[in-house]
Amino acid sequence: MENLGVHNCTPKFIERKVTSMSEYMLEMRGISKSFPGVKALDDVTIKVRPGTVHALMGENGAGKSTLMKCLFGIYKMDAGEVIFQGEKVEIVNADDALHKGIAMVHQELQPIPERSIAENIFCGRYPTKSFGPLKVIDHKRMYEEAASLLKEVRMEYDPKAKLGTLSISQMQSVEIAKAVSMDAKVVIMDEPTSSLTDNEVEALFIIIDDLKKKGVSIIYISHKMDEILRISDDVSIMRDGQYVGTWEAKELTTDMIIAKMVGRELTNIYPPRDDIEPGEVLLEVKGLTSILPDSFKDIDLTLRRGEILGLGGLVGAQRTELMEAIFGIRHCSKGEIYYKGEKLQIKRPKDAISHNIGLITEDRRGTGIFGVLSIADNVSISSLDKYVDLGIVLNDKKIEELVRNNVSKLSIKTPSSKTLIQSLSGGNQQKVIISRWLANDPDILIMDEPTRGIDVGAKYEIYQIMIELAKQGKAIVMISSEMAELIGMSDRIVVMCNGRVTGEVSGEEATQEKIMQFATKFN
Amino acid sequence: MKTKSFNGKALITENILIIIVLAMVIVVSILKPNFLTMNNFSNISVNTAIRFIIALGISGCLITRGNDLSAGRTVGLAGCIAGTLLQKPDYGDRFFPNLPELPIILVLLIVIVVCSIFGLINGCVISFWQVPPFIATLGMQTIVYGICLVYTKSLPLGGYRRDYTAIASGKFLGIPYLFFIAFFIGLFMWFLYNKTRHGKYMYAIGGNESAAEVSGINVAKTKIRIYMLASSLFAIAGFLLGAKAGGATTGLGLSYELEAIAECTIGGVSTNGGVGKVSGILIGVLVFELLKSSMQFLRIDTSWQYIVQGAVIIIAVALDLRKYLAKK
Repeated sequence: MENLGVHNCTPKFIERKVTSMSEYMLEMRGISKSFPGVKALDDVTIKVRPGTVHALMGENGAGKSTLMKCLFGIYKMDAGEVIFQGEKVEIVNADDALHKGIAMVHQELQPIPERSIAENIFCGRYPTKSFGPLKVIDHKRMYEEAASLLKEVRMEYDPKAKLGTLSISQMQSVEIAKAVSMDAKVVIMDEPTSSLTDNEVEALFIIIDDLKKKGVSIIYISHKMDEILRISDDVSIMRDGQYVGTWEAKELTTDMIIAKMVGRELTNIYPPRDDIEPGEVLLEVKGLTSILPDSFKDIDLTLRRGEILGLGGLVGAQRTELMEAIFGIRHCSKGEIYYKGEKLQIKRPKDAISHNIGLITEDRRGTGIFGVLSIADNVSISSLDKYVDLGIVLNDKKIEELVRNNVSKLSIKTPSSKTLIQSLSGGNQQKVIISRWLANDPDILIMDEPTRGIDVGAKYEIYQIMIELAKQGKAIVMISSEMAELIGMSDRIVVMCNGRVTGEVSGEEATQEKIMQFATKFN
Repeated sequence: MKTKSFNGKALITENILIIIVLAMVIVVSILKPNFLTMNNFSNISVNTAIRFIIALGISGCLITRGNDLSAGRTVGLAGCIAGTLLQKPDYGDRFFPNLPELPIILVLLIVIVVCSIFGLINGCVISFWQVPPFIATLGMQTIVYGICLVYTKSLPLGGYRRDYTAIASGKFLGIPYLFFIAFFIGLFMWFLYNKTRHGKYMYAIGGNESAAEVSGINVAKTKIRIYMLASSLFAIAGFLLGAKAGGATTGLGLSYELEAIAECTIGGVSTNGGVGKVSGILIGVLVFELLKSSMQFLRIDTSWQYIVQGAVIIIAVALDLRKYLAKK
């Protein structure tokens, strides 16, 4: 809990002693959780009062989701305890939590769109009646109860309608109705407004107010400052897996929250680099808009030779989607992409690759490595066209040479080039994938979270590789959710929020606060 | 030390089917001395040759996490088409009474081209319509069977030309021609899988299809090639099978795909994709043929043989998946 830096007011729950059993609805005390190489949660404590909205805030990777997953038994915490309604509880899974009275409303919360609203609410605990010796589902009662529950969340909807016919906000209301039907005392809402229109947000707030009046506590996870300040009673802030503090919302301002969220010291762990004057424009994107309504819109970007462009933003800002669209994995409804002034038609990754664009994806396991193949195959797979003799036979010697060069140049630690990539560490896997693209010699390399899940040593090596590439005149786009990395590595930082570019700062002028302001500029 | 002993144990569990079959072979050869005769081995090698070609065809589909359930029926159709075109001119029941004597190689080409069309359709349906390979090729299985019934009018075929049947019965230095044919096809497939882009792309798609797409591999094109090649190999197998049997009916090749899948899996082709070697497939086919032959020698009722074969298929796949789960 040291080096917290910016503390204008004292966290109020720290001194306040628990006087009665019922002062808090839910307490999570001293929660710690480690993953290999990372301490995701370090002695985190939050205390939620009954009948309040408790906002939980923090940057990407601050540990909010991990904390909630620990609460729901999805992760097993290493240390700490959960006190619910004055009693110590042990929660094994989300279903158990729901039965105890803790519910989560989440957009991707496994609804069954092809079944009716009522069935979704009562899934797994249908009201039954006796039919001779059999127990059958009492549909009449189910629909009646569903109708009255829907009324409670101010939703006059036919409970027999298929869930899939509802909008996202309506589905959320159904989830809330389900929580109410389970008599939930704590409802967690994770980014509930991220894809709602203004009217829908207002409707949600009315429901939240109703719930509060019933004494239900709401843990509200959001990045939208104005919402937080408007509806929450208490605000807890987390940073880098640590608990920063809890304040009453009325004491806070947007700037104060940002300062507390980002208030860490930046240590210099980035390799030095010479100032290089950026060269010609390599890539230009004009008005690029996704075919999906909730994704990126009207994006303009330019990228010059020799520069590292950082792309900042919160999770859900659609940065990955934008880059994948440039690379041909996703589709656009309008907009143009120019490479050295030539307009490109990119329909699939192959088209992008043939115009010297490379993409290192965020999801290394899902779209990066070929786990069951060797390092040699993983390195050479997208440049095999260069190593063909007689139009058909692969030249194993040349491929072996390519692999050997890369293994030594990027110092990939592996017993042999025949080793399966899945047996390497994350950092070495990432270097193998970088080698794959270097073998293609792209002009533009897009790196999506290039150092995620990688130890410090390998991170530094990857930074060195990036700087070396920039020096060679390549252009790099780096998506990163690590503020320090963005500021430390980028010549220029473009920040996105909610599918739009909301700001740009140069590497020298960039501060965490500035980036966070752009990243939370929702309107 | 500790890891060594663990690996030894894993090696036994992973290859338990091969070990059991080999033990069975030893038992059978002690009980029935006839088992270890040149004649029987020649017989096994001929059966193995044809099954090996089918298994090689299906291996590409399995390595890319697909399947081809139309294999057996395609073999049957190929056998029937070849049969109708290669009957003796003086055979009374000739399918095409006035057909001139066609060169054998031309008939083989016709059979390959016709069957590869079905492979092309399989590949396109799987790649462009995204129909799961299991369903796409199951549908194709019925279609091919139907076409075979229509084409042959359900008539049994016989009276094949001697030069056609000689392909199966002929020997060079005491070794059946079929053995050489299978050997060269095996060699070709080994080359294709290990020394060409097609092979590398196939393994990559099986290993991680999304990553393959991101790496610039034309997944659709590669898959279509794989399914066409598979059908072509089924065509060759059907052509050879007809020669071996000296006749064909529409029932030819029934459920061969299941055996081929079992053989591939026993031989280390993972249904999880990305893994499989030609040498392994050969071992898988041999093991399966030895199992069948041993059962015949032990005079196990054919009805029971089906039950055993079915169980072996399920166990083979279960063991393969277990391997994968353990790794995770």
